[in-house]
Amino acid sequence: MKMKPLWALPLLYSASALSQERSLNLTQGVTEVSRDVYDLHMTVFYICCVIGVVVFGLMFYSMIRHRKSRGREPAKFHENVKVEILWTLIPFLILVGMAIPATSTLIAMEDTSDADVTIQVTGSQWKWHYKYFDREVEFFSRLATQQEQISNKFEKSENYLREVDNPLVVPTGEKVRFLVTSDDVIHSWWVPDFAVKKDANPGFINEAWTRIDEPGIYRGQCAELCGKDHGFMPIVVIAKTPEDYAKWIDETEAKQIAERERQQELLDMEMSMDELMAMGEKIYNSTCAACHQPNGQGIPGTFPALAGSPIASKPENLDKHVDIVVHGVQGSAMQAFAQQLTMQELAAVVTYERNAWGNDTGEMVQAADINAAINE
Amino acid sequence: MSTVVDDHNHEAHHDHKPSGITRWLFTTNHKDIGSMYLWFSLIMFFVGGAMAMVIRAELFQPGLQLVEPQFFNQMTTVHGLVMIFGAVMPAFTGLANWMVPMMIGAPDMALPRMNNWSFWILPFAFVILLSSLFMEGGGPDFGWTFYAPLSTTYSNDSTALFVFAVHIMGISSIMGAINVIVTIINMRAPGMTYMKMPLFVWTWLITAFLLIAVMPVLAGAVTMVLTDKYFGTSFFDAAGGGDPVMFQHIFWFFGHPEVYIMILPSFGIVSAIIPAFSRKKLFGYSSMVYATASIAILSFLVWAHHMFTTGMPVFAELFFMYCTMLIAVPTGVKVFNWVATMWRGAISFEVPMLFALAFVILFTIGGFSGVMLAMTPVDFQYHDTYFVVAHFHYVLVTGAIFSIMAASYYWLPKWSGHMYDTTLARLHFWSSLISVNVLFFPMHFAGLAGMPRRIPDYAVQFADINQITSIGGFAFGLSQLIFLWLVIKCARGGEKAPAKPWDGAEGLEWTVPSPAPYHTFETPPKVE
Repeated sequence: MKMKPLWALPLLYSASALSQERSLNLTQGVTEVSRDVYDLHMTVFYICCVIGVVVFGLMFYSMIRHRKSRGREPAKFHENVKVEILWTLIPFLILVGMAIPATSTLIAMEDTSDADVTIQVTGSQWKWHYKYFDREVEFFSRLATQQEQISNKFEKSENYLREVDNPLVVPTGEKVRFLVTSDDVIHSWWVPDFAVKKDANPGFINEAWTRIDEPGIYRGQCAELCGKDHGFMPIVVIAKTPEDYAKWIDETEAKQIAERERQQELLDMEMSMDELMAMGEKIYNSTCAACHQPNGQGIPGTFPALAGSPIASKPENLDKHVDIVVHGVQGSAMQAFAQQLTMQELAAVVTYERNAWGNDTGEMVQAADINAAINE
Repeated sequence: MSTVVDDHNHEAHHDHKPSGITRWLFTTNHKDIGSMYLWFSLIMFFVGGAMAMVIRAELFQPGLQLVEPQFFNQMTTVHGLVMIFGAVMPAFTGLANWMVPMMIGAPDMALPRMNNWSFWILPFAFVILLSSLFMEGGGPDFGWTFYAPLSTTYSNDSTALFVFAVHIMGISSIMGAINVIVTIINMRAPGMTYMKMPLFVWTWLITAFLLIAVMPVLAGAVTMVLTDKYFGTSFFDAAGGGDPVMFQHIFWFFGHPEVYIMILPSFGIVSAIIPAFSRKKLFGYSSMVYATASIAILSFLVWAHHMFTTGMPVFAELFFMYCTMLIAVPTGVKVFNWVATMWRGAISFEVPMLFALAFVILFTIGGFSGVMLAMTPVDFQYHDTYFVVAHFHYVLVTGAIFSIMAASYYWLPKWSGHMYDTTLARLHFWSSLISVNVLFFPMHFAGLAGMPRRIPDYAVQFADINQITSIGGFAFGLSQLIFLWLVIKCARGGEKAPAKPWDGAEGLEWTVPSPAPYHTFETPPKVE
């Protein structure tokens, strides 16, 4: 049970309705930097409170004592050079006092040298991609909350909108450096417990770092408006002890290498229409439906419809359809999905799009066709 | 030619004005144009307010209940644009039109035809902007800050309408600003030296220079967005050699002075009202002028404090942090001056004074959170959260809008010739004061607890705070209907107002009868 900060007192009537774990204040976080930031926040806050009490105190004193209804005659003064110099200088000195700790904390926060682990963080509409440098490990991290909870059909879980399918895993006690960038619009990678918030700018790489003290699960969100589902791209970071982390990264790397080899072998395998459609529907709903909508109608004026579109329903456009899904469309929100989905999944989703919602082409696309398109 | 001269003579001697709609369409009278600006801004205040109600209704509970995320984004975007360019800025221009000539003893604005033009293009700008909401794909949904590439490559088809609407608003503002500057510099009555001008005139003069300096920058930014989206340029696209962060530099070079454009005239208003109801001269007049000028100059040196998380060099972060903190000094001077003006005065609490006092306290609270936000390391935590939303609403709603309310209650008898219903006015004040704090104060906590801004749905731990906020929002929205009713009632009739309804008020505007005649100061007054 965290102590409620004193300054939340005016809101206690509402606080009583809040559960005990809920804080109304900034988190202290789990890193040295985040604690420095918290201390700075509280210091400036208390200074503001003191100034506020003095200024508002004088104002209310004046409002109560110097009223016309008490028969007061107004004084005549309207200048006092000494006082004016004093109330210019004192705030200036207070500000200098605040700037000194802020400067040292800032310089520490921006020193990204000598990292132990480096992870590339790439934002895209509306998911995060993590890639570990020096290891063959990379994965996407998407919102895991069910659509039914968002549309109020199911009860909301404890971590509603703050849960992902594949959390980022990092070691504790080591300096972890993040290289932050974006595939499309500007996103911002923010985990309050680390006091790290860095914009993901397309075409540029930003650096940030953290050194986490405690193993645990830390949650954050995209902080920069990035389009329709900006509110639905959370961040979850699991901090493990260095031993557990080493075990996790070795296992994950082995699994990912094995999976890539399996994909190569599967290239020769043909899937049936039913298998393709079943897999395709699943992938479509998790990856494509956010823009093109579950019914394939898109959003007029923003995201094109697939149902009945020439690309997805005319046989002569099959190659073009595959090309768009694999390589994306330059200068639009349509991403290149070659890195995001396996060849089987790509084959399945194209097949699904060509046979769902009245697009009855009857055509099947196999993983080998996708492979050919990628290697073209 | 002779007829023109005849008309002129005719008008100079009588209160002749065309009647019906042509009076308003073709008017060059600063009072008519001022009234139109004020009514327009009131309408836009309710339009933007209705959008805020949609936002607060959706955020009342976690989950998506009423609107789709895309429409939610359109609401936040257009709410911001309408409130800034449609409500606050035209209200100040309206006040300037009404009051600046009367305060400096001038017969009208210096450029009356341009004055007509700068008002009448404004409704068209907002028809364009608001009609885009009904387009296929909807209106602008990239935030009022329209960061590229969300507003270029990834925006919907209404972006061109948004761009042209902003262009027209910018042209209107620039023309209004030119008019204010020319009027103040050339048309002061004999004896009205610069250091005798009321502070409202001073703050508007400085504001007008800010407008002329930065509105063209905004026009440049929207034009680059237009060409990036439709004509294949790459100003903000790294793939073509551009830089999306450059957009933010250009935008905030406009955007930060814009913040002061929306608060400096407030300082002028409050500096008129507090002395009037303290029955004591304004403390530190000249330091007020210098403080306003220093805030204006500093406003050009702090733009990147909106961009600390974009990945700037440490040196730049430190520079912008120090400059931003420095702004607290002249702003503090102003607050101290107001308190010193009240000190040992003979204070009474008429409605304009109530709003002015609420302004001083609540604007200062917004200033405190501003100092907190200036500290770069902590800004990394606050940035793009509800803490920022709380901060700028304290400065803009309980700051700018409360000062506009104060000005309306102060000068309404002069404009309409009637005293307003003070019981209603007090009810409006108290219900606004309470509800606005229930609305915006909890947002600080939501932001500190980690709620990002511009999201249509949120994690369950923010549910209680958002519910309180929404209730405050609905109450604040309803409270403004009292104001609308009061203004309509006062315009239609009421107790006859004397030339100077406030015994402590000073200034030339109180030397003319109420309502102010159609033409005032045709012969300049002599200022001692």
